[in-house]
Amino acid sequence: MAKSIDITDLDIYYGDFKAVEGVNMTIKAKAVTAFIGPSGCGKSTFLRSLNRMHEVIPGARVEGKVTVDGQSLYDSAIDPVEVRRRIGMVFQRPNPFPTMSIYENVLAGNRLNAKRMPKATADTIVEKSLRGANLWNEVKDRLGKPGMGLSGGQQQRLCIARAIAVEPEVLLMDEPCSALDPISTAAIEDLIHELKSDYTIVIVTHNMQQAARVSDDTGFFNLKAAGQPGHLVEFNPTKTMFTTPDNPDTEAYISGRFG
Amino acid sequence: MTALLAPSTLARPRLPRWAPVVVAVAALAVAGLISLLFGWSWIALLVVAGLLYVFALPLWSRVLEGPRAATDRLMTHLVWGSFVVVCVPLLWLLILVVQKGAPVINGHFLTTSMRGVIGSMPGGILHALQGTIVVTLAASIIAVPIGLMTAIYLIEYGRGGRLARVITFLVDVMTGIPSIVAGLFALALLVMFFGPAFRAGIGGAIALALLMIPTVVRSAEEMLRLVPSDLREASYALGVPKWRTIVKVVLPTAIGGIVTGIVLAISRVIGETAPLLVTAGYNDSMNGNLFSGRMTTLPVYIFNQYKTPGATPLGAHAADPPGYARAWGAALVLIVIVMILNIIARIIGKIFAPRY
Amino acid sequence: MSLTASPEQTPTGPPESDSGSPARRSARLGDRIFAGAALGAGLLIMVVLAGVFIFLLIQGVPGLSVDPSTYGQGFDNFWSYVAPLLFGTIFISILALIVAVPFALAVALFISHYAPRRLATPVAYVIDLLAAVPSVVYGLWGGRALAQALKPVINWLGDYLNWIPLFKGPASPNGQTALTAALVLGVMILPIITAISREVFAQTPRLNEEAAIGLGATRWEVIRLAVLPYAKSGVIAGIMLGLGRALGETMAVTMVYSSSPKFTLNIIGDTSPQTIAANIANNYSEATPDKQHVLIAAGLVLFAFTFAVNFIARWAIGRGERNLAR
Repeated sequence: MAKSIDITDLDIYYGDFKAVEGVNMTIKAKAVTAFIGPSGCGKSTFLRSLNRMHEVIPGARVEGKVTVDGQSLYDSAIDPVEVRRRIGMVFQRPNPFPTMSIYENVLAGNRLNAKRMPKATADTIVEKSLRGANLWNEVKDRLGKPGMGLSGGQQQRLCIARAIAVEPEVLLMDEPCSALDPISTAAIEDLIHELKSDYTIVIVTHNMQQAARVSDDTGFFNLKAAGQPGHLVEFNPTKTMFTTPDNPDTEAYISGRFG
Repeated sequence: MTALLAPSTLARPRLPRWAPVVVAVAALAVAGLISLLFGWSWIALLVVAGLLYVFALPLWSRVLEGPRAATDRLMTHLVWGSFVVVCVPLLWLLILVVQKGAPVINGHFLTTSMRGVIGSMPGGILHALQGTIVVTLAASIIAVPIGLMTAIYLIEYGRGGRLARVITFLVDVMTGIPSIVAGLFALALLVMFFGPAFRAGIGGAIALALLMIPTVVRSAEEMLRLVPSDLREASYALGVPKWRTIVKVVLPTAIGGIVTGIVLAISRVIGETAPLLVTAGYNDSMNGNLFSGRMTTLPVYIFNQYKTPGATPLGAHAADPPGYARAWGAALVLIVIVMILNIIARIIGKIFAPRY
Repeated sequence: MSLTASPEQTPTGPPESDSGSPARRSARLGDRIFAGAALGAGLLIMVVLAGVFIFLLIQGVPGLSVDPSTYGQGFDNFWSYVAPLLFGTIFISILALIVAVPFALAVALFISHYAPRRLATPVAYVIDLLAAVPSVVYGLWGGRALAQALKPVINWLGDYLNWIPLFKGPASPNGQTALTAALVLGVMILPIITAISREVFAQTPRLNEEAAIGLGATRWEVIRLAVLPYAKSGVIAGIMLGLGRALGETMAVTMVYSSSPKFTLNIIGDTSPQTIAANIANNYSEATPDKQHVLIAAGLVLFAFTFAVNFIARWAIGRGERNLAR
């Protein structure tokens, strides 16, 4: 199920503005890859280009190649809707559908493909996904209640459950803990550890400790100057990154000398 | 589950890029053929071709891309199609008013009344313009102070209180008063005092004021709410009394938005017909006196010319009766006035746009 | 009066200015007058609205018991006169809604989600301007141009679909029918419904839309999942406001066709349902004082009914807001 992603010479533009330049990397399957860097360095934009989410902004386009399992994401034969189905996403702030119950929230993605599924199948998916997101025990008695009634951390885990309910090959997380308190953050980090055995996970974070805690590989993005495109400074196993980085800029950033 | 069974490929069969063009050409061809067979007009041809296109492409997509993509395409087509359909009456109306109205408008049309005009003699709208200006001005003089002070009460004094909530509710109710009911109210009021045959501009002004007040209250309320409370507190801290704070600090800050709201309210009521029909009536001559005698406004003039268009002049049997021509001319003038008011409102709104 | 924020209580005032000084007194007097004026304006609105009801009652109640001949042939009391009018008002307005709502919502979606941004802004502006076109101009267009253009359609309906009660016919020869009026009303209320719906569609939280996109939803599925449920109460409110406008609209109906009060579903014939507002406008100029009372009473019925519709609309908005706040 889990797939690796190869990125070659990727440039991302918004209209005439080049937001990200010349990224090359291989994201390993069944591992956690983290992107760190100062704000505005294009790490979120880059993450979104991995499932073509950035295309919702008019004028966004990419040059270069992103391949998943040998298939180029930006090939003209590729359906972006299918890409997003296979490469799930969890967002900065929890965003359950406000008018849906917890149960329906989990199934929202599955319902797109199969409007009518047997109740038993639906129940199985909901339980499996909520268990997968470490939320089952907290909500199993109130599945019919609105998803908005949960706490922030629970909502974020509900969103993770919703994302894994469609069994994606890759899970992208865009600063998933930035709107959460420390306890909820710890719960999500534990969850990321567990999910790693089934999914390829890519996470953007502005919290270096979090990157150090959860990831196997880390990429450091930076800007040469304001108004310049962001670029990948260094991509290495997390251990190397935080002990003996190749690039002096990385070391400066990690040791807190700027950014 | 489904994902396990699905082939592990991101590529889905998709309609080729040229599919819409092909379907469009085919739809036009089929519709053209049918039209030729049955001798339809080009309008029918376009309608049929449009319908064919809207449904044929999703059908193809359903076969090739599956039901989800097909639904998406169908909805996209329906949304775009609706937009095109809606444009038809709207453009038609505007073009028609310009096309029929423009030839009528000249110096004479704008500077004479209908006094003594019979048949196809050239008449004008001067009395109606005068009536419109007088009545609308009077309505504004009544409505603006009431509306503005009410908004000040709601924001500055009554904040959240029970009375403020009741007034807000009543303003909402007023928004929903049908314009003819406003006219009947003004009429009932005047008839009580001056007898059943009384008709004068003031009745129209009262009715229009009733229709204006809620718009003025709403927009002024919105604007006052936008004034940051720091400004008020700064002024209180200097020892300025509350009323002077409102007059000198709060109102000037919000003035652009308030004026925009007032101008928009005027542009709304200036085209009202029904309330004026029952209160101010119709008159062929100039009448600048708000309190005595019937007074024509532009919308009522249009209605009157439309209802009694007169006979088509002899020898010009293809032409419209003269009243219709005058109605179109007056309609164009009215639309231009409304548009100008709207543009003025926009410009004022832009100039005084809040900068905090 | 709440003067809690007024400077008298603020400790920052200069210490020597005791509240008895003339300047202070005039400031307080100014405050009183101004606050009184503001309150007065608010109260005036209550009085005016009560006045609308009272005056319409005073002038309308006599209309309930005038000589039956005043109502016109076939009506022996006020209610038998006003009932078909109320029916006609609701019937024509609902036809207008049926025409307008699908298009209005589609155009609102077009502006908020489908159109390229360069097109969306001018389209939204034009739609707003169309809401400002006076109803008398719509009436002129409907009575002259649209009626003319609809003639063949109405004839066709009368010939081939006359088994449907709506199109029973015989088709009116000049195209000036209740169907024409319903279409004109539909065109008139469309900008109102579009304006409100477009606003609520555009307010859909970006987060929810992204959630749907991230799940692999197509554009339509994003709208179905994230936009429509969120916008439901706002859209209903917009529709109700459009209905309120249609119920009270006078000119567009008066100018397109004339008829007398009658219970009928036939909208393409010469005898069609008539609306309250148009009936008032049609009969006003030659009304006797008694008939005037009758017409004012009919206006009161219209007022009560539109009031109810607007009230339900607001209740729907309030309920929707509570639902989302949960």
